[in-house]
Amino acid sequence: MHVITLRAQGIAKHFGVVRALDGVDFDVHGGEVHALLGENGAGKSTLLSVLAGVHAPTAGSIEFDGEPYAPRNPLDAVRAGIVTIHQELCSSPDLTVEQNIVLGREPRVRRRGLRALVDRARVRELAEQALERIGASVAPTARVADLGPSERQLVEIARALAFDVRVLVLDEPTSSLTAVEVERLFAVLESLRADGRAIVYVSHFLEEVMLIADRFTVLRDGRTVGSGKVAGAEIGGIVELMAGRRLDEVYPPKRERARSDGSSIVFDVREVVGKSLPREARFSLGRGEILGVFGLVGAGRTELLRALIGLDPARRRIISVSSDRDVLLGGGPREALAHGIGFASEDRKDEGLALDLTIAQNITLSGLERHARFGFVRSSSVREASERCADAFDVRRASTEQAVGRLSGGNQQKVALARLLHEEANVWLLDEPTRGIDVASKSEIYRRIHSLANDGASFVVVSSYVPELLGICDRIAVMHRGVLAQSRAACDWTEHELIEVAARGVDRRAVQDRASEVDQ
Amino acid sequence: MTSGSILRALRPCIGLAIVLTVFALHPQAEGFLSVFNFKIVANQTVIVGLAAIGATFVIVSGGIDLSVGSIIALSSVVCALVLRAEYGVTLAMVSAIIAGCVCGLVNGLMITMLRIAPFVATLGMLGIARGAAKWISGEQKVDVPPAALESGGLQAWMSNRPDPEWLWFSPGVWTTILLALIAAYVLRRSVFGIHVTAIGSNEKTARLCGIRIERTKIAIYSIAGACAGLAGFMLCARLTVGNPTAALGKELDVIAAVVIGGASLAGGQGGVLGSMLGALMMAFLASGCKMTGSATYVQEILIGTIIVVAVSVDVLQRRRA
Repeated sequence: MHVITLRAQGIAKHFGVVRALDGVDFDVHGGEVHALLGENGAGKSTLLSVLAGVHAPTAGSIEFDGEPYAPRNPLDAVRAGIVTIHQELCSSPDLTVEQNIVLGREPRVRRRGLRALVDRARVRELAEQALERIGASVAPTARVADLGPSERQLVEIARALAFDVRVLVLDEPTSSLTAVEVERLFAVLESLRADGRAIVYVSHFLEEVMLIADRFTVLRDGRTVGSGKVAGAEIGGIVELMAGRRLDEVYPPKRERARSDGSSIVFDVREVVGKSLPREARFSLGRGEILGVFGLVGAGRTELLRALIGLDPARRRIISVSSDRDVLLGGGPREALAHGIGFASEDRKDEGLALDLTIAQNITLSGLERHARFGFVRSSSVREASERCADAFDVRRASTEQAVGRLSGGNQQKVALARLLHEEANVWLLDEPTRGIDVASKSEIYRRIHSLANDGASFVVVSSYVPELLGICDRIAVMHRGVLAQSRAACDWTEHELIEVAARGVDRRAVQDRASEVDQ
Repeated sequence: MTSGSILRALRPCIGLAIVLTVFALHPQAEGFLSVFNFKIVANQTVIVGLAAIGATFVIVSGGIDLSVGSIIALSSVVCALVLRAEYGVTLAMVSAIIAGCVCGLVNGLMITMLRIAPFVATLGMLGIARGAAKWISGEQKVDVPPAALESGGLQAWMSNRPDPEWLWFSPGVWTTILLALIAAYVLRRSVFGIHVTAIGSNEKTARLCGIRIERTKIAIYSIAGACAGLAGFMLCARLTVGNPTAALGKELDVIAAVVIGGASLAGGQGGVLGSMLGALMMAFLASGCKMTGSATYVQEILIGTIIVVAVSVDVLQRRRA
């Protein structure tokens, strides 16, 4: 069988004085999954753009299937059979699944004079073939906007198949998937691999890479710093290659703290019921406590936080904030902020940050009034406060007057969190606080969360990444189909158990037993 | 300030410089760069300029206001009617501003309470305000009574020979300059102004940060209406008549001035002083075309081209960045 090969040698890409890539060697063969690893800013995205025909390399050569490969635009790349599926899926949400699958190469009616029309029967056929090929049970007529992220991704893969993909490039494909969905994706990838197609797999989740990839290449500072077979490699070694630091240094040392007693409860959620989600949730948060919330995508974790902060309308919401007095919250984000409850969105680009505003503006936006006299803002006061908060989260920057959009993902996330610091929040509601950011930034954020908690701030951390929850939380609760179960100390959970409970839900009787034990 | 935003700020200056150079070198445009002509052009900038102050807030917040022209006409009629009832110039001005402000308030309420897209809501107001102007004027021009035109009266506001003479510009021009300076400062430095920018930059983030979006938007459209109302008063002062069919399509000139001035229709970017330069440039262009005897279509094609070129330079700049 003919095995195709994509081989890039000595690739460099300079943007002005910035050397995004400076000597990258990378190759992938048909029938293998090749993981491309590296922290944010290491040059993975630039390399992908070069392969996808978005950027032409400044130096170096690429060979594809024995011939020089120099795509002038993305369409060239797709025509050659190199298809990239981006982290932010770029399908057209208003079109149907089948329309998306054939988008850009719609089959035409063959009859003369009617060639401007789309052959709908053939579209259906192509779409069904492609969907069936990857075992996706998605209706071809469903609107993509109505699908979840995992189904959208399958549609993208089906689309790549319809384009007769030879090299499939996946950029952070699992960042918004649940464990079960990841398994399904891996099954699809394995069948594509068996089919002789080449897969380039970019991910921050090394555990997944160890499961799915055959070989890996690590980039750092725009260069290839290592590559090899996954079999026999160790995560610790790969992380060291990526970051120059050891894996056990990623999570801060465990905190010594007892289960908070009733007197120090600072945030008591007696009931939250959203419009559809969450269905049932009650929990309380002690001073300096970090509560992790795990669950499948769609379980209602994000909706829980949004209902708590008042961003989404809630059907019933009884929360008391009892730092010194009992206050029941009923209003929107403004009221929550006024009571020291801060929220960081899971979607920092679309919601969390205003990307074209400056670092200083983003940090102070929720509390500008504090820097104002007679409605006018004192810029020295804003500068001073934003410098202080940016320093606390170690935001790497030229100045706080820089636009946030120019920062790396990790630094953007630090700005989003620095805003809560500026709000002087006592209760931090964090939705996927480390999604899609590099290991070094993650580690810094974990340490910062711990030091804030030691100073008395309380946290609710929603995450889909189990090691993270086990690594930083005091207690973890699982959400299943809109119901938040009783929390348990983090040390009482195993990774396997969390995933199982998230998928199946807790036996309710067992929960009640455990709750009564706590009461006694 | 990043290099990109400096270039943005320079955009209207470059456009203005080109227009000035072209007509200054043109053999037929004698006296184009004279003090006298500058006074006339400044006076002609007032109406678009005043409306553009409010429109800058609207566009920076990511919205759009298509009702400007109709509100100007309605306010000019209101102004003339108040004068005819012999209530005096000051009250006429206040009434014109209030009329505009009420229209803007309704725009804001439609956008926030009924959740109608600004384009559609203000398109509705474009029809409503124009119709209201025709209704209250009985579909006829409303002449300002001679008593109101006596010295120091209505006409003085837009007169090229201001009294006292050391004023140099008409009071209308000075009002525009003063308001523009205040508005520029408010947009850049006040809590309200930064909230406006934040809403235009990313409304979801603004909401998450506890900014009162509805209230802010209502204020923005009310201000825009009030500015258009004042422009209507100035129009009445210049024409000495309240004309319900005046200022047809003026909203597009206003939007053009704001966009040439460096604002992005996507929101989050733009400044009042840039919009003023944009308005001034369009007035110079009109003046130059008139002097050289070019047909109005030449002027229309030129303005259209300038908008497209100004914005595409910006887009190219961004793409490279």
